[in-house]
Order: sequence, then C-alpha cells, then structure tokens
Amino acid sequence: MNNSGNTSSRRLYKRYRAEKRFKSLCILALCLAVAFLVTFFATLISKGYSAFRQAELRVEISFTEQSRQMPLAAVGDEVRYLVSRGWLRKVPRMLKENPELMDTTQKYWIVAEAEVDQYLKGKANKLRPKQQEVLKRLEAEGRTRLAFNTYFFLNGDSKIPEIAGIKSALIGSVYVLFLTLLFSFPVGVMTAVYLEEFAPDNRFTQAIEVNINNLAAIPSILYGLLGLAIFINTFGVPRSSALAGGLTLGLMTLPVIIITTRAAIRAVPDSIREAALGVGASRWQMVIHHVLPLSFPGILTGTIIGLAQAMGETAPLLIVGMMAFIPDIPGSFTQAATVLPAQIYTWSSSSLRAFESRTAAAILVLLVLLLLMNFLAVYLRQKFQRKW
Amino acid sequence: MSTQYLILFFFCGLVPLAVMAYFLGRRKGRIFKEEGRLSFLSQIDQFGWYALTWMILPALGVFVLAFLLHILGIISVPAVILLFGALTVALAGLAQALHSISPGLRARQKLEKVIYFFLFLAAVISILTTLGIVLSVIFEAIKFFQVVSVWEFISGTQWSPDTAFLQGAERAGEEAAKPQFGAVPIFAGTFMITFIAMCVAIPVGLLSAIYMSEYAGDKVRAVAKPLLEILAGIPTVVYGFFAAITVSPLVVRLAESVGLEADYTNALAPGLVMGIMIIPFISSLSDDVIRAIPQSLREGSYALGLTTSETIKQVLLPAALPGIVSAFLLAVSRALGETMIVVMAAGLRPNLTMNPLEGMTTVTVRIVDALTGDLAFDSLETLSAFALGLTLLLITLILNLISTIVIRKFKQKYE
Repeated sequence: MNNSGNTSSRRLYKRYRAEKRFKSLCILALCLAVAFLVTFFATLISKGYSAFRQAELRVEISFTEQSRQMPLAAVGDEVRYLVSRGWLRKVPRMLKENPELMDTTQKYWIVAEAEVDQYLKGKANKLRPKQQEVLKRLEAEGRTRLAFNTYFFLNGDSKIPEIAGIKSALIGSVYVLFLTLLFSFPVGVMTAVYLEEFAPDNRFTQAIEVNINNLAAIPSILYGLLGLAIFINTFGVPRSSALAGGLTLGLMTLPVIIITTRAAIRAVPDSIREAALGVGASRWQMVIHHVLPLSFPGILTGTIIGLAQAMGETAPLLIVGMMAFIPDIPGSFTQAATVLPAQIYTWSSSSLRAFESRTAAAILVLLVLLLLMNFLAVYLRQKFQRKW
Repeated sequence: MSTQYLILFFFCGLVPLAVMAYFLGRRKGRIFKEEGRLSFLSQIDQFGWYALTWMILPALGVFVLAFLLHILGIISVPAVILLFGALTVALAGLAQALHSISPGLRARQKLEKVIYFFLFLAAVISILTTLGIVLSVIFEAIKFFQVVSVWEFISGTQWSPDTAFLQGAERAGEEAAKPQFGAVPIFAGTFMITFIAMCVAIPVGLLSAIYMSEYAGDKVRAVAKPLLEILAGIPTVVYGFFAAITVSPLVVRLAESVGLEADYTNALAPGLVMGIMIIPFISSLSDDVIRAIPQSLREGSYALGLTTSETIKQVLLPAALPGIVSAFLLAVSRALGETMIVVMAAGLRPNLTMNPLEGMTTVTVRIVDALTGDLAFDSLETLSAFALGLTLLLITLILNLISTIVIRKFKQKYE
C-alpha cells in the first residue's frame, strides 16, 4: 500500500514536471518571437537613425567665371574632395538665378562627402590620413556639424549617396497607391455587394467565391507576371510606370477588400434589411441607403489594411519594372516611377557603404507610414464599430 | 494624339453632357409632376438618372469596343473619329432616352437592372484575374516548352541559361555550350529554404498559439497577439534587408566558430527569417482553431484528472489537427512563393546540395532575375521565368486545394 502510494506520487511528480516543462516551452516560443521583434527593430533603428543626420562643412564658395564652368574650382584645394560633388553641381545654377553673386565669396554650410559623413559619425571610412587631419582642424575650428538630413526627404534618388533621398520614391508610392485604391475599392465593394446581397445561389456564384479565396493565396510575384504579360505586353501600358504598378497591385488588393467588405456587410443585421424592404424599398435602395452606410466603417478599415499591404509590396513591382533609377519626380501616371520598397531594394543592393544606413532609414520611414495606416484602421474600427 | 489625351478629351466631353442629361431628364419628370401625370412608378430624380445612364452607356460601349479592336490588332480607329463617334452616340442615346421618358416609364426598375449588371461585371473581374494569371503564365510557358522538353525541365539537374542570350544574338558557335534548363536544383533550393522556414515557424507558431489560448490570461493575450501580428505587417523587403545585412553574416561567423564554412548567400539565413515571417500566420490560424474547440472537451479532460499539457496533447491537438494541417499547408504555399527575402539574401546560382550553409537559389529568385534584366521578352531565359511561374502556380493551387479538402473532410462538428 505504502509502496503503491509512493509510485503514484512519483508519477504525479513526473506529470507535474512534464506540465511545467511544456508550459515553459510555450512561454519560450512566445519569448523567442518577441525577442526577434526587439532585435529586429533595435538593429534597424541603430543602423538607420544616423542617416537622419548629415555631416556638413562650413566652406567658402568663390563664385567666379571659372567655377561656373568647373564647379569643383569653387572651393579651396584642401576641402575640394571633402564636400559633396552633388552640391557643387548646383553652383552654375545658383549663379544663373542670382547673377549678383558673381565674383564674390560666400560662406555656406555644405553637405559633406559620404566618407566624411562616416568619419564624423565615428564609423569606418576610406579617408586618407591627410584628409583626416584637415577634418580634425575643421572640427576644432567649429566648421563641421551634423545637421538634420533634409536632403533625405527633399531629394530624389542619386548615385551620390550623400544627396540621395526618398522623395521621388515617396511620390511614386502615393501615385501607385492612389491608382490601386481607384481600381480596387469600387470593384471590390461592388463584388462584395453582389455576392452578399444579390447573387443567386448557383454554381457560378460558388465558383466566384472559391476563386476569391484562391486569389488571396496566390504568391504576389505571379501578379507581377500577370502585369507584365497582360498590362504591359498586351494592353501596351508603359513599363515601369505608376499605372502598370497600380493596376497590378489593384488586382492583388482586390481579394483583401472583397473579403473584408463581405464581413462588414454580413455584420449588418437582417432586421435592418427587412425593415427597409418592409417599407417598400427595392433591394438596391436597401443596399445603398442602409446596408452600405452601416457597414462603411468596416469597409474603410479593410481598405486601409489592404492598402498598407500594397504599400509594402515589392516583388510584383520589380517584375513590372518599377525599380528604375528615378532621380526626378514622375510627372504623370505613365512615366517611369519607383516606390519606397523598390527604392529600399535598389539601395540595399548598392555596394557603397553609405547607402546601408540610408536603406535602414528608408525602411524606418516605410515602417512608420505603415504603422500610421494601421493605427488609423484600428482607430476607425474602434470609433465607428457598432455592436448589434 | 496619344491615348492619354484621347481618354482625357473623352471624359471632358462626357461629363458636361452627363450633367446636362441628368437635368433634362429631371425637367421632364418635373413637368409630369406639375401636370399631375406622375405615377408612383418613378420619381423625378430617377428620370434624370435614367437619361444619364442611357447616354453614357452607349458611349462607353463604343469606346471599349474600339479599345478591344485596337488591342486585338484588328483595326485602329483614328482618335478624332473615335472621339466624335462616341460623343455622337452619346447624344443619340440621350435623345432616345428623353423621347422614351413618359409618366408610365418604370425608370427605377430599368436603372436597377443596369446596376445589377455592373455589380455582376465587378464580380466577374475576380474570375478574369485568375484567368489572366493562368493564361499569361501558360502562354509563355508553352513557348518555352516548345524548345525545352517538359521532361528535361522537371528532371534535369543542370540550369545554365546564360548561353541562351548568345543564341538569341546568333553568336553561338559550335563550341558554345547549349543552354540547359533542368529545374531540379532550383526546386531543391526552394524546398530546402521552405523546410528551414517551417522548422522555425511550426514549433514557435504552434506553441505560442497554445500558450495564448490555454495558459495566458487576458492581459498577456491582449499584448502578445498584436505583437505577433506586427511580424505579419512588416514588408518582406525589410525582412530581406535584415536577412542579408544581419542574419547572413551572423550565420557565417557562427559556422566559422564551429569550424564550418558558409557562403554569405547561404540558405539558412533567408530560411530562418522567412520562418519568423510565417510565425504569425501559423499562430493566428492555430489560435482560431484551438479556441473553436468547445469548452466541454477541456472540462471533460480535466475531470478525468489530466493536467493542462496532457489535455492539450491528448485532447485539444487531435481535435484541432485538421485546422492545424491546413494552416501548415497554407504556410508552406506562402513560403514557396515568398520573393523578396530570398532575392535579397539567397544566392543566384542553382546548386543541388543538402548543405544549408551553401548558397542556393529558388524559383522566385530565378523569376525575378530573368525578368529584371535587359533580356528581350522572347528570349529563352525570360520564357523560362514563366515556366517556373507556372510550376509555382500549380504547386500553390494544389496546396490550397488539399488544405480546403482537409478542412472540409475532417472538420469536427460540435453541437
């Protein structure tokens, strides 16, 4: 008796140990995922934050006939290769706009060359010892500073890292998202309304429903193949254009919008529909006057989430050619454009070290934008959601 | 005149006409009302909308028809003629509509028929999208398979398309190697990376789902669930950057410290990061399935004296298995089609190996590589991208189908 009590308590002990083990395993799994999230953001922020500040040098610019033809001659020998070539290129234009500058010398804070930027931020760089000495002297004289990197937000892409910015990519993203919305929102909502309120229960309707679920699971890169083969090669939409990207992403966002809109429409109780029909409204009047307005917050939330997804999407856009080098803002929907994720991709494959922190900074901008969109979606849902 | 301007002029012409049509229709309705002849069948506004619809539809029809003819290459109608033709048809439609407006006209019913038609058309677009994807991939793939046999494609172990463009340029001599399109190494790489991803995602995703649904209190759940969902919201290009810049060098250093050699384009780094990307996918689907199991099963198990972990392992997991299997299949199909992470962190060179520390390539990498270069659209390498795309599409669809069947067949019905 005593013996068997002993074994059973030992078995119980074992079972409790197994229980504890399993529970800690579960906690470990969750912690692992969260730990990744923390390291992930810590890495990106530590790599990216320095790009929001840009080294500048206080330099005398002499505006002469010579410097108009050869911008490099506008600065002294000592600092000639320490300041950005990209900035000096503007000298002739400055002279053209302000002719009174001719034959004067002015002091400016000028964007420093990428290696100088790395040096002043205490990172590995390729500066020669002599150049480092010059920089040390300039530092002592207070002629160097790290200022907020406005160029990053106000310039387009460039091969010169210190003046490369995300403006053209941001504008491209706005174009593409606008077209995506323009296409997928009406079609998506109309499809959802049809399936929820009008469709007869027959084979064709079932086929559409199965099909929409399938579309949501098709890898995004295949939408790129569709865009390339149909929109670009058959319909003649210009390659790399915002239009090609917007249409492709529109098709990709369509299932998301349809599925969320259907859920929102289904959440409207039948009593509303019956009441509307009861006072003599037609089915369409019932939908447009009652069901759609009531489900609108849900539709909006789903649309914003779909757009956020589209905004981070890269693969199909690479296929339709939206990774071109775009220094200027595209003037229309049919001109070559690029988007923020594609810009991140092109920068990340650059071999220049200075682009690494810019890539991380662009990623931070993208993540902040996505976060804002998602917050907006959550906020709208909380604010307007009704419990029936 | 470019298409852009044509479309612009078309709509600029149509908008004032549409406004005019609306007010003309309404005016007729108002006259009926003043005369007291308006029946209950239609309201004044509906006459306006009726006139507007009957004007715009024929014009749009003409426009779409001309566009289709142009695309199919049958005939290209000159832009000016098209513009005036469409606007004339619009005016004719308007005249006909105004003529047919009478007090007894059932304008609302007719309008709603048009609306139903457009709703239906929208629903058809989703079918057309699938059709578009399937056809665009199949057509190009057929061109590819006319040159390269299907058997060679699915069983060959050599993928060296580099000489394909030389042949296109007619520079290939006898000595130049024939391009080879054996896709086995590419699929091997794809499955290897997917396998690594699953080794990360399944245990972590499933165990976190179990913790959140069975152990965690409401507070922990309210924090942990959105945190995991952040993982799903991060764009894949960001994961790719992370894999290439941080994880790959880490893997190489770790491998060196234990005396192994690893490439910077090793399969392990993209695999691990992809696994993390898929965690929320598995965890949220499994969480839903586990929470859908009725409480009575848990209570019955506890009443028999089982501990929580025994309940999970012996009661809940078997009950949730179909749902978990289908989540697993969907996750696999997502991993197979994932592009940016592997494009940025995995290799370009097809490599048939079992060693995850070596560089290998995937289907999606080859597609992107073939289509973002400067190759002509009908070069063999470009076409090979569509053949790879077709295989990817087939695998994805089959996985989806199996997952649907698993759910439907084995789903427990609880009363």
